[in-house]
Amino acid sequence: MITLENINKTFRVARRSAGFSQAVRSLFLREYEAVHALRDVSFTVGDGEMVGYIGPNGAGKSSTIKVMSGILTPDSGRCDIDGLTPWKDRTDHVRRIGVVFGQRSQLWWDVPVADSFELIRDIYGVGHADFARTLDELVETLDLAQIVRTPARQLSLGQRMRCEIAASLLHNPAILFLDEPTIGLDAVSKIAVRQFIKKRCREYGTTVILTTHDMQDIEALADRILLIGKGQILLDGTLDDLKKRASAVRTITVEYCAGSFSPLLGLTQQSALDGRAVFAVDTSVLSVSRAIAHLSAGAEITDLSVAGASAEEMVVSLYEEFAI
Amino acid sequence: MRLYLRYFAIHVKSQMQHKASFFLTILGQFLGAFSAFLGIYFMFTRFNQVEGFTYSEVLLCFATVLMAFSLAECFFRGFDAFSSMISNGEFDRILVRPRGIVFQVLASKVELTRLGRLLQSVLVFAYAIPASGVPWQMDKVVTLLLMILCGTAVFSGLFLIYAGLCFFTTEGLEVLNIFTDGGREFGRYPFVVYGKPVLLFFTFVVPLALFQYYPFLYLIGRSQNPLYMLLPLASLGFLLPCYALWRIGLRHYRSTGS
Amino acid sequence: MKASLSSRARMYGSLFRVRFINGLQYRAAAAAGVCTQFAWGFMEILLFRAFYQADPPAFPMEFSALASYIWLQQAFLALFMSWFLENDVFAAITDGNIAYELARPIDLYSKWFIQNLAGRVSRALLRCAPILLVAALLPAPYGLSLPSSPLAFAVFLPTMALGLCTVVSFCMIVYIATFYTLSPLGVRVIALSITDLLTGSLVPLPFFPDTIRRIVELTPFASMQNLPLRVYSGNIAGEELIRGVLVQVFWLAALVIAGRLWMRHALRRIVVQGG
Repeated sequence: MITLENINKTFRVARRSAGFSQAVRSLFLREYEAVHALRDVSFTVGDGEMVGYIGPNGAGKSSTIKVMSGILTPDSGRCDIDGLTPWKDRTDHVRRIGVVFGQRSQLWWDVPVADSFELIRDIYGVGHADFARTLDELVETLDLAQIVRTPARQLSLGQRMRCEIAASLLHNPAILFLDEPTIGLDAVSKIAVRQFIKKRCREYGTTVILTTHDMQDIEALADRILLIGKGQILLDGTLDDLKKRASAVRTITVEYCAGSFSPLLGLTQQSALDGRAVFAVDTSVLSVSRAIAHLSAGAEITDLSVAGASAEEMVVSLYEEFAI
Repeated sequence: MRLYLRYFAIHVKSQMQHKASFFLTILGQFLGAFSAFLGIYFMFTRFNQVEGFTYSEVLLCFATVLMAFSLAECFFRGFDAFSSMISNGEFDRILVRPRGIVFQVLASKVELTRLGRLLQSVLVFAYAIPASGVPWQMDKVVTLLLMILCGTAVFSGLFLIYAGLCFFTTEGLEVLNIFTDGGREFGRYPFVVYGKPVLLFFTFVVPLALFQYYPFLYLIGRSQNPLYMLLPLASLGFLLPCYALWRIGLRHYRSTGS
Repeated sequence: MKASLSSRARMYGSLFRVRFINGLQYRAAAAAGVCTQFAWGFMEILLFRAFYQADPPAFPMEFSALASYIWLQQAFLALFMSWFLENDVFAAITDGNIAYELARPIDLYSKWFIQNLAGRVSRALLRCAPILLVAALLPAPYGLSLPSSPLAFAVFLPTMALGLCTVVSFCMIVYIATFYTLSPLGVRVIALSITDLLTGSLVPLPFFPDTIRRIVELTPFASMQNLPLRVYSGNIAGEELIRGVLVQVFWLAALVIAGRLWMRHALRRIVVQGG
């Protein structure tokens, strides 16, 4: 159980403008400004939950992850993770968590991945039998058999990320923090990584907190979403909750052979070309079924599809709504 | 310890991946130290002694400091390369692992290429130990070992200070080179040759003279005071403020994350 | 070619400007550099004083000339130290970014040369003033004395410029050597440890045993810091000075020509190998 209560964190950053005279000026005088990275951040995550943590760059996602993993001490507030305070009980706490920083590597660059794994085993003091069992399982499910004997520097990004994830799970952590685990991966690797995380964490009841900019990660992995902007938690709910809130617009695409469409309140024609027309339906005024009925009354429809707002669009509209 | 060996093995493996680079760098380190040696040699082709110290005595002093420095650099290199560990996020990784932080930083960098310098110091010892005319009884051997080991500790303390300051700023820390690289270069000669104020500075502020000068006097028989033999141990006290600074820096890092 | 001369000058000018601004950002680094160099010079002088006191007649140059040598050396460290190399250049060679450099309509040798020159000068400009000022205020034999004569000073400046160019042209050779090796770091460390001794940055050349000194004085290394810093205090003058300048000009020309030829070969090799 993870509980954060009123976590606050403020940083001071130096400001510097471009140009020669400014460079000279800052030689003698530097201006600082306070940045509220986190303001009264509170939330609770139950055991075994999978939570997606989203927000634009600089919103405070990484700071929150750093607080929860014991790297950063907040200015005020309480954080309790299974009875431990991360920044006070560092050693005991980190034994129970795994962290994947998508943009950084924990593998030794020049040696085979297996050597890195063995070192990690010794760092966490995992018993040899347990280690062998976990490793076998990870090698099988992540399909690592071919690559554990290869030095990390020779791996593709996708292969390396699979190894990174394995490295973070070797000690069977109860909680897994994933900071942009799919960044830079190709579509196939992304899907492999998502499927693995989902399966493994369901099986072991691992709590997962995931930050990402890829909404497909969220759709595939998160039961619940936390939206943070300018250091504040703005929304907390399921993907469907967010979708409902984000947008009431559906798109209907029809293919038709004869006839024409009369106007109707809440129905806006966006394009019509070669027997194919696209309409936007404002569902707060008009239901989708009424719209379809109206359209089929006007013309001979051969094919029809309805699309909701995509996850990406949803996020954009949320960012716009909160002006973050 | 077992874990350190595990780290050590992985470093050896890594560095063996680039054999050409590894050996060329060792050679370069060796030549660098060899230049320092030639510097002494050239001076003594012109002068017979400095402050009453002869050529072979100075070489003994040079080898001691060089060995202490290269051991410190070899094994405590993690602190020397610390600013990059902070900037590339390696240090965050260390914080999310359940082991002592100092231990992990130490173990995360072992720079075997420094063996080039170490080799140079061994060679100079091979010449200076017999040539210095020191009667190598038990007390002298112990003195020399104390000098080397405590010297390693003091240089490591300096690296620790460097790392501690890295938490606050990465700019301007070259100034500490005065004591690390400077300690190595100027420690070739017993500190007394630089005059009283410098000797006092290196006794009470940055205690390089505690392992380099006073025990050296005992070693070459210029002083019979057995206290001088044990002074290197006093230099270990230097590690306390170094460690305190490191703790302060660590607290700062964990409250700013930068 | 002629038409592009002014635009090229402008390009090099703006390259210099960018590097200079970049250098200014690191005020703490500059301050630290000044402190380090000052402490270093101070210790050097104390060390030589001990030798001087041990046997004054054996001292091969005036003590005040030595003090000036050391202070100038510390003040203009960035101009003459061969270990001050541009990491950008190494990066361009080792990670293949050189392809971009080759795609630009600039002669690569000149570009790197100017880049190095600008880097060194901007760095030295930031640091030399405080060191020179304090050194000039130190008491007589230990401080920086005035140049031995107006003539000496008049020759000091051009020999310093030539010396700087010799250092840069030598560094160009080090860069180009990295095209041919798997280990840029190794080449670098080896080249630098040798130059450290032979240029007289560790021990000034007059302190070398005579036979070795005479040989070293014919190498390009003696044309770097050794010549200008000794010209300043009149330690090198007259016929010896003329010979020194001739050697200097010879080596500068030789290193530049060798560097250009070697670079052409290296680049051709890259083009053939396709990167």
